[in-house]
Amino acid sequence: MIEAVGLTKRYGDKTAVYDLSFQVRPGAVTGFLGPNGSGKSTTMRMILGLDNPSAGHVTINGYPYRRLPNAARHVGALLDAKAVHGGRSARNHLLCLAQMSGIPARRVDEVLGVVGLHEVARKRSKGFSLGMGQRLGIAAALLGDPQVLLFDEPVNGLDPEGILWVRNLMKSLAAEGRTVFVSSHLMSEMALTADHLIVIGRGRLLADMSVKDFIAANSAGFARVRTPDTEPQAREKLSAALTEAGGHVLPEQDGALRVTGLPLPRISDIAHDNDVRLWELSPHQASLEEAYMRMTQSAVDYRSTTDQKAGLQQPLPPGALPPVPVPGQGQPGWYPPPPPQQGQPYAPAQAPAGTPAANPYAQPAGQPGQQAPQAPAAPAAPPANAPSADDLTKPEDAR
Amino acid sequence: MSTPQPPMPQTAPEWQAAESGYTSPIPVVRTHLGHAIASEWTKIRSVRSTMWTLGVFVLLVVGIGLMTGLVIAGQDADLGGESPLGLGFFGLLLGSMCLITLGVLTTASEYGTGMIRTTMVACPSRARVLAAKAIVFFLVAFVVTLVSATLIGMLHVAMLEGNGAKDPSGGEWLKGTVGVSLYLALLGTLSLAVGSLIRHSAGAITIMIGVLLAPLVVALFMFSDSLRDVQQALFEYSIPNQMSVFYANSLSESGPSGWDPVLIMLCITGVALGAAFAVQESRDV
Repeated sequence: MIEAVGLTKRYGDKTAVYDLSFQVRPGAVTGFLGPNGSGKSTTMRMILGLDNPSAGHVTINGYPYRRLPNAARHVGALLDAKAVHGGRSARNHLLCLAQMSGIPARRVDEVLGVVGLHEVARKRSKGFSLGMGQRLGIAAALLGDPQVLLFDEPVNGLDPEGILWVRNLMKSLAAEGRTVFVSSHLMSEMALTADHLIVIGRGRLLADMSVKDFIAANSAGFARVRTPDTEPQAREKLSAALTEAGGHVLPEQDGALRVTGLPLPRISDIAHDNDVRLWELSPHQASLEEAYMRMTQSAVDYRSTTDQKAGLQQPLPPGALPPVPVPGQGQPGWYPPPPPQQGQPYAPAQAPAGTPAANPYAQPAGQPGQQAPQAPAAPAAPPANAPSADDLTKPEDAR
Repeated sequence: MSTPQPPMPQTAPEWQAAESGYTSPIPVVRTHLGHAIASEWTKIRSVRSTMWTLGVFVLLVVGIGLMTGLVIAGQDADLGGESPLGLGFFGLLLGSMCLITLGVLTTASEYGTGMIRTTMVACPSRARVLAAKAIVFFLVAFVVTLVSATLIGMLHVAMLEGNGAKDPSGGEWLKGTVGVSLYLALLGTLSLAVGSLIRHSAGAITIMIGVLLAPLVVALFMFSDSLRDVQQALFEYSIPNQMSVFYANSLSESGPSGWDPVLIMLCITGVALGAAFAVQESRDV
């Protein structure tokens, strides 16, 4: 259990982390997300007692890190895979860490086996690839068989096999009742691994909620509707009818329509009433990545722009069209429109039709809207619905 | 939505239990300085820079000592009752640079590579880590210097018997081996403290070489009469002159004598280590 209260860190006049309060609970994988420079690593360093907070405090199992008796047996951390002396062999690196905490030397060989480095155990870590270094860092974190684990970007540089392994490792560690706190940029990875999310931007808390709530609160699912290509007038007709019925219609590049605000059956009914045939009517749930991008849009410090190559380009030959930019690049409005007030605009609220209404966790739709990004001041509240994280994701998988 | 409702109410108590959390089958021991010393010993012996710097140190001390010994023995020069131990001075003076380098690297290289963060996470008691480093390094430096100095001293005595060298007394042996080894090991420990304060290998090594040589060089250019006293003090308390006190062939007759250099270096190293302890407690790693 990691608990931060009002955590603040200033470097000179720059505030890296401001008034951050959250809890990371045992038994679940908690993802820690934020754009580059948002203060993730600083927060992790403060949790581990490496940096002293300017204000506030953070405890692990009730103790500040530096007061924990035999800290390495309670907390394991992968901060930076390159934070090793390159001239030392993998085994000696782990051995000196083991000796520091009174861990028997045979445990070193065990964890080397766990991360799959036993064959290069006697090689100097200078020659390790990024992925091997990452494995060595994970081995160091696992060395003390700790209750609390922190991983900063654990899948950096790992091959697909390694990524799958880390994913399963995180889940199994959490299933054993440990606290697992993972930062990552890879949204697809987080969507698969994490049960709970803590999102920060510019050093402030943006969200502290389960993955499912986060997606629901921060992006609308939409329906894709395609009318026969041969009848453009049918498309116009349907589009007008859907708008009239209260839906929000966006044309897509390939001629399909992106509809939000109407449930699928209603769209079908409207099409039928208007005598329009449909080639496609499909539900699309927004991804974690989309939800994340929307939430952090305003909190991104380092943003790429389109490469203009001003004055360097050959004039286009007469008649040629300028190249069409890849969709999404440098276009602020690429992600779907913000969700309506009620959170989920269509189907998902109705999908769990068979669920007993008494289940308090089956109705998160309204809640996340309230406690979502606008309210960084209420970070202490989320624990109430946090337990649902695990169980909300399971039915999702089962569907 | 196959998961039924029942598990829900149970999760809360489970969490309460999980607060005390997962318990490792590996017994948790209470750690102390001894663990940190074992760890630092593993660290210092498992990097090549240790082997290189200490190897070069032994090579310099024994090599230069042997050459001076051979040259004097070959020339049939007469030492006129001087102690032959003093001939080891040049090798040790040059070798001190190796100890400075190793001392700085012991701490600063951890900061350079980022290893310090891994270390501090494994052992959040920063004072314990620094103490362990200082102890391990001091012992290694002391033992290596003692062995080299004793070896070259015995070689010199054996080689120069016929050149009018006197047989060193027990007190001279003690100063020429244990004394100078203590002094050099302390000098190395001072470098270790400076490395911990500066946290940058090249910077700390430069500072220490400056400390070693600057007083002598500066004193050389103090021609003015008004600076005579300063010049004298710089000469007498420069590290090379302090080292030569152990062989009683000091550049001057006033200034430190006997075991004074060890005391002086002990104080300086103590202050530097104290500063390193104090600073690292409050600093961000």
